[in-house]
Amino acid sequence: MRPFKYTNAKDVPSATRLLTANPGGRFLAGGTNLLDLMKEDVERPNELIDISRLGLDQIKTIATGPHKGGLSIGGLGKNTDAANHALVRQHYPLLTQAILAGASGQIRNMATNGGNLLQRTRCPYFYEVSMPCNKREPGTGCGALEGINRLHAIFGWSDKCIAVYPSDMSVALAALDAVVRVRDAAGQERTIPFGDFHRLPGDTPEKDTNLNHGELITAIELPKNNFAEKSYYLKVRDRASYAFALVSVAAALEVSNNRIDQARIAMGGVAHKPWRALQAEQMLVGKEPTEANFRLAAEAAMADAKPLEHNKYKVELGRRSIVRALQVAMDGKRS
Amino acid sequence: MEENEKLQLTEDEKKLFEDLMPEDLDEILDTGVNRRHFLKLLTLTGGGILAYQAAAAEQVLTRPLNAPPAELLPASIENGVDVSFKVNGAAKKLTVDSRMTLLDTLRERLELTGSKKGCDHGQCGACTVLVDGRRVLSCLTLAASCEGRSVKTIEGLAQGNELHPVQAAFIKNDGFQCGFCTPGQICSAVAVLEEAKRGEASYVTENVRKISGAIPLSDEEIRERMSGNLCRCGAYPNIVAAIREVYSGKPVEPTWKFVG
Repeated sequence: MRPFKYTNAKDVPSATRLLTANPGGRFLAGGTNLLDLMKEDVERPNELIDISRLGLDQIKTIATGPHKGGLSIGGLGKNTDAANHALVRQHYPLLTQAILAGASGQIRNMATNGGNLLQRTRCPYFYEVSMPCNKREPGTGCGALEGINRLHAIFGWSDKCIAVYPSDMSVALAALDAVVRVRDAAGQERTIPFGDFHRLPGDTPEKDTNLNHGELITAIELPKNNFAEKSYYLKVRDRASYAFALVSVAAALEVSNNRIDQARIAMGGVAHKPWRALQAEQMLVGKEPTEANFRLAAEAAMADAKPLEHNKYKVELGRRSIVRALQVAMDGKRS
Repeated sequence: MEENEKLQLTEDEKKLFEDLMPEDLDEILDTGVNRRHFLKLLTLTGGGILAYQAAAAEQVLTRPLNAPPAELLPASIENGVDVSFKVNGAAKKLTVDSRMTLLDTLRERLELTGSKKGCDHGQCGACTVLVDGRRVLSCLTLAASCEGRSVKTIEGLAQGNELHPVQAAFIKNDGFQCGFCTPGQICSAVAVLEEAKRGEASYVTENVRKISGAIPLSDEEIRERMSGNLCRCGAYPNIVAAIREVYSGKPVEPTWKFVG
């Protein structure tokens, strides 16, 4: 690992000022992804600003504003605590399941909510510094495009980058229309709708998100919804646990009188960001929650998939995973 | 330790030698076979028979004979950070390179080599320790970030020479073969039991909306919760059995026995 200066931030204003003042610095929260990438020489910060003691770990009902009655989750709270908070489990069980589908007990005890959003891709070509990678070193090319791309994207990729985004938590947050609250060194706060937080690779795959350098994620806000009774996070992976998703689906339904009032479908493991199947969601509105209708929605969701040489399986797997996730969301029976 | 170092045995160690290999005690004392060599002998003389005693022996023999050197200074420290934290109840104060992980600090600076470096990338769980009571990966934790924390390692689980119930259950249920992943497995298992007691859910927990109180640990729950600890020897069924035994409080018949 390359040498770096370690700085303990005292409060939010000084943390954001310190990072803004140093373009080569990075925040250190849980460190589960950043330290690994530093050991691999993929990340090379000259300073780590430790923000793990800033608080920002509360989970509370939002009292005012457009999301009144929703839930605010502190950016520096631990994943374990977010997953197990009574209000999250009761009103957003989809988020609980998605967090618990990720990583291991040890890592969820370390990882923060804001940090989870900022995970970098696990593309092996990104991790291996002897390989070309436009995300790691812009302009060097993409090793995966003509390489082994079994794990890679089927939606939204560019010829610069075909990597997928690894977070499970973010797939649920995308389905739940979360909002990311951030704060900069001037003390200015802004909110970013979840769909705009992560980026597609385009010509600048080195940029994962629309967060500016020096901005700190202070909270993730969840609007109120009626999905708590019918939601499910399905994760399909190479082994039963502790592996990244090949395909995952966050599904949520609001049903009355045997008609679907609202549907949410977001996918993980298929794109450079959590992938919302908006067209499929719209198709389901007003329909009966039957397997036949779920299949039609799944067909629509996967219609625009552009698989690569080794990941054609993801199209059929995605189709079936959507149907399965909607079924479990509907009847609660996992097996 | 120098091969020719003069043999010094504590009373506990002499007692162990007498219990384990009475016929060799005099020779060992005479020829000054060192402690590391003795540990090697132990593993060669059929670890199974001696497993219980050997585990107790580990507890005694891995304890430094004399007070450890005041400070093991590495050749050079860049971006030094002063950090004070507790390890197994004892206050520690040292200056670490900002790059130093908690794992390397425990192993290289504090002579606690129980926590193992498996992958060093957060993929295997061999480095699992408890920080402020919660299991974490010490290979992805910077020592510099541990100011004021309380760390517990595998060395801190036993009470004197009495093994932690999870340690005893791992031996009884043959929850390991080579043993390299075992300290991490045991630290993780100790935490899993607490997490379930606190009502923390896992991905396989049914209907998280309806949970109140402790979560029952089925084998499926144990496997999911322990999935961050890999075992290349494949001792998983016995690891699950060991945890199940401690969780249920009901003795489980060992699935193995000595022949002859």
